Order: sequence, then structure tokens, then C-alpha cells
Amino acid sequence: MILAGLVVLVVVAAIKTFTLPAEAGPGELSRYTADTWRSFIIGGLSEGAVLALIALGYSLVYGILRMINFAHGEVFMMGAFASYFVADRFSDNDFLSSSPAIAMIVILAVAIGVSVLVAILLERVCYRPLRNAPRLVPLITAIGASLFLQNTARGFFGPQARGYPQPDFLDGSWNLLSFDIARIDLVMIVVSIVLVAILDYFVSSTRTGRSMRAVALDADIAKLMGIDVDRVIVTTFAIGGVLAGVAGVMFAMRFEQISFTTGFRPGIAAFTAAVLGGIGSIRGAALGALLVGLLRSLGPALLVGFNIPSVFQLEDAITFLVLVFVLLYRPGGLLGSAAAEKL
Amino acid sequence: MMAGKGADAEERKPVLELRQVNTHYGLVAVLRDVDMAIYPGEMVCLLGGNASGKSTTLKTILGYVTPSSGEVVFDGEVISGKSTTEIVRRGVSMVPENRRLFGDMTVEENLLLGAYTRTDKAAVEQDRQMVLDTFPVVGERLKQKAGTLSGGQQQMVAMGRALMANPKVLLMDEPSMGLAPILVDQVFEIIKTIRSLGRTVFVVEQNANMALSIADRGYVIQTGRVVLADTAANLLANPMMREAYLGEL
Repeated sequence: MILAGLVVLVVVAAIKTFTLPAEAGPGELSRYTADTWRSFIIGGLSEGAVLALIALGYSLVYGILRMINFAHGEVFMMGAFASYFVADRFSDNDFLSSSPAIAMIVILAVAIGVSVLVAILLERVCYRPLRNAPRLVPLITAIGASLFLQNTARGFFGPQARGYPQPDFLDGSWNLLSFDIARIDLVMIVVSIVLVAILDYFVSSTRTGRSMRAVALDADIAKLMGIDVDRVIVTTFAIGGVLAGVAGVMFAMRFEQISFTTGFRPGIAAFTAAVLGGIGSIRGAALGALLVGLLRSLGPALLVGFNIPSVFQLEDAITFLVLVFVLLYRPGGLLGSAAAEKL
Repeated sequence: MMAGKGADAEERKPVLELRQVNTHYGLVAVLRDVDMAIYPGEMVCLLGGNASGKSTTLKTILGYVTPSSGEVVFDGEVISGKSTTEIVRRGVSMVPENRRLFGDMTVEENLLLGAYTRTDKAAVEQDRQMVLDTFPVVGERLKQKAGTLSGGQQQMVAMGRALMANPKVLLMDEPSMGLAPILVDQVFEIIKTIRSLGRTVFVVEQNANMALSIADRGYVIQTGRVVLADTAANLLANPMMREAYLGEL
């Protein structure tokens, strides 16, 4: 019922949006051109690319521990914040423009290192002692850890947003198949696809990946195979940290800023993506992130016809709406297994 | 303690030994002063009713629970108190109750996980071949998801997975549990096959008749205490056994 109503609403809005006058007077809305729509799509894809990397962190940990690591958004933020100080330095002394390759490697290494460290500490300090506690307990701890990390960042680095430098080689756009695409967007999409593919191969075809899947399916029997379950869990958190570190740098460079709240919204959006795709599934997380990215970008644009003030602030409302409907109608997600539906 | 078959048994050392083991769940004593010894190459069964402590004995050996007193000795070293992972790495393997395969993974992956701790690739490949020769059906299903196999086939994969670890002792927890009668016969055939490979096997069973018909020796456990320990033939003939466990009145 509600779902049908929503679909009608969106269709009506879309029709209104698409039938706006092509030329409008001052103060009136005009129809978007094809180019504008294309930029919405590309923006959605590049946001989806970053969300995919974060969503995988939620999904991998859920697959193994059946818990939502709500502090994962802060893993992403901490890595990005740490790399800001390096990036800012490199920008001031022109190292970022004189040897961008080395500078990028160092920036990424710092972000990845800090994200991995935070992820491993979270597991060690906050979750491991609660491994056998009822499920609600680590969930609450995760939210507490999230608030702790946010406020730690705020305490040390201040509440104001800082400008994150974007290297020259990512400025501007490339011409691809007859249309222009911002370099940073293309880089984000390509990097994300490559990392998801590597991870997919790693989990499905390597010995360590096999041990991760075994622990996810049946930890007691995994022990019986001689698998060190604690080590597999730490490895899983570390992999989530690596992906979050890369995502953090790309995100900060795209929006050219970082603050202690940077992890929150992408964190929630990525969590939604993981649930939408089917939490616990790698391809599900990637697919979910793609859809959520596009929804966040195209959703508000479709509603423009309703003449809602500051309609583009609705992206989070749309994200949460998707989360609610997925949980209501398809809690296992699009590619989720039956196991996830037990949640 | 009774040594297995053959006169040379007394000079052999047990590969697995429980010495005065007590295990508690909270305040409840589940195993009391349990003594057991398993010698290389023999097949020993552990019999007992529900909640007699059979499964706890296996859990204690494998380190899922730690004995409150006494010790478990494997291959000359005390293993009680060590982690399950460590104990498995030393050469104890188990076919768990209800098989517990990784159902979403292929048969091949299940076998590979059995050999997870081994680094000797050539020997692993040899054991893999041995498992496939012993259970040809398993070889036909390598690419299939383990969860889609029939109960009997799954039991073979579970046995194969345990054998892939090339264990010094192979434990089996209620291999006939939850299987149709016709499959029970099949499972005991499988165990006989494994026995013919010269493996040391310690099998926990409720089906006393079947177990004793293929074992060398048996222990009977009642409310956590070992009440009988004898050769399989003697246990089969023991009047008390006949009454309590072998279903003859």
C-alpha cells in the first residue's frame, strides 16, 4: 500500500520534473538538460563507488560476527582525517604537484594505516570481550564507540571542517566517449571496481578467503579445521579498514573537505547499501552501493518538479526511506542469503 | 587399563589418554574421574545413554571445554588447556555430530578446509586422492555445494574432510545420529572402510550393537563415570550390557 503510494508519488514528480518548461523566466524552474542528468548519474556512480568500499566493511564484519559495526563510519573518517595532515603539508610545500605519485602513495598509506589500526582496536577493545554476549550488547557498544571516536576527533582536531587538498592531476575532466567526466569521479569509479574485484577474488579463491567463509558459515567447525578464528576476525576488520582508508581519501578529495562528522552520513548510506544488497554478500554490497549512490543523486532531482525548497537536502531522507522499506519487505536484501533473514 | 588387540600392545604408548579427567559446566560435574586410553591403530567406541557425558568427553579432548582437573595427553604431551585450533593442528580430527559440513561451499572446498593447517602439498594431494578412491561418489560431486548432497553422501564428505587432516586420531561424534536405518548401515560400512585404512578411531555412539560389532574395545559411560571398559567381544557378551544398552531383556 504505502509502497504503491510512494511509487505513484515519484512517478508524478518525475513527470512534473520532465515537463518543466525548457526555458524559464527568472525565479522559475526550468527543465534539466541531458547533460545535467548525465552529471547526476556520474555523481551517483562515483558516490556509489565510495559507498561500496565502506559498505563492504559493514558486510564482511556482519558476515563473520553477525554484528553491525556502527563505528565503521568513524574508521573511514579517522583514516581520512589522519591523511589530511599529510596531504595539507604536501599541498603547502608543493610536493603534491611536483611528485603526485609519491605524495598519493604516502597519503593513502597513512589513511589505510590509521583506518586499519582503528578497526583492529575496535575489535580488540570493544567487541572481542563481548563475543559471547547477547547481540544487543555489542551493537550498543558499537554506537558508543562511534560517538567516542567522533568526539575524539572533534576534541583533537576541532569542530570546524578543514579544506582537503585535491591534487592537480585530479582537477578538471577527461573526455570519455564524447562526453566530459570529472577526473576525480572516473578515478573513484575505477579504483572501486578494481578493489571490489580483488576482494571478490580474494574471498572466493584464496586460502585465507576460504577460512573467512568457513568462519562465517560455522565458527565452531572452522576451529575444528584448525582455523584460528580470532585471527580471521582481525583479518576481516583489517580488510574493512583498508577499503575504508582508500574510500576516505577519495571522498575527502572529491568534496575537498574533512571534519569529525565526515564519517556519519556516508556510514549510514553505506550501511543502507549493505542491507539493500544483502548484508554478508560482497557483490550485494557493491550492487547496493551503486543503487544507493544513484538514488541519492537522482532521487532529489526527480522531485524537483514539486518545487520543494532545497530539495537536494533530501538525499538522506531518501536513503533512510530505502532502508526502512528494505527491512520491511526484503530484509535479506537483493542478493542476500537466507541466513541474513534470520536477523 | 586394557590394551587393544595383539600381544605387542603393552609396549606401545597410548596416542590419546584421559587421566582422571573431571569436567564441569558451571557447578555441575559432567565428567568424573574419567580414565581412557586409545592406542595407535585401534578402534575404540564410547557408549552411553543421553546426557551421560559422551559428547562432553569429545569436547574435552578437543579443547572446546577445559577440564577442571586431570589431564588429556596426546602424543606424549598434555593438551588440556590448549585451544581447539592448537589441538587440531597437533593431529586430532573430528567428524562432528550431524556432519556439520560447510553447506554453502563446494565439496572440494570442504575437503580443502580439512587440510587447512597442512603445508605439505604433495602429501595433501595424495590424501585427497585416497579420499576420492575410498569414496568415489565424493569425487563425482566435487563442484556441487555440500548442502545439496544426500545425508549419506554428506557423511562421506564429513569423513573425507576429517581424513584430509591426516589425523593421528580420528574422533567421530554419533555418526549414525539422525540418519534413516538404511543409511546407518551405510555409515558403519564407511567407518569399517576407514578402519581398514589403519586409522586410529575413537567413536562415540548410541547404537551400541553396531559400534561394538566394528570396534576393538569399548568404554561405557554413565552419568559422567566410566562404568565398564573391556574388549568389544566381552562387552557384547556382558549381561549388564545386554540389558542396558543392547536392547535385550
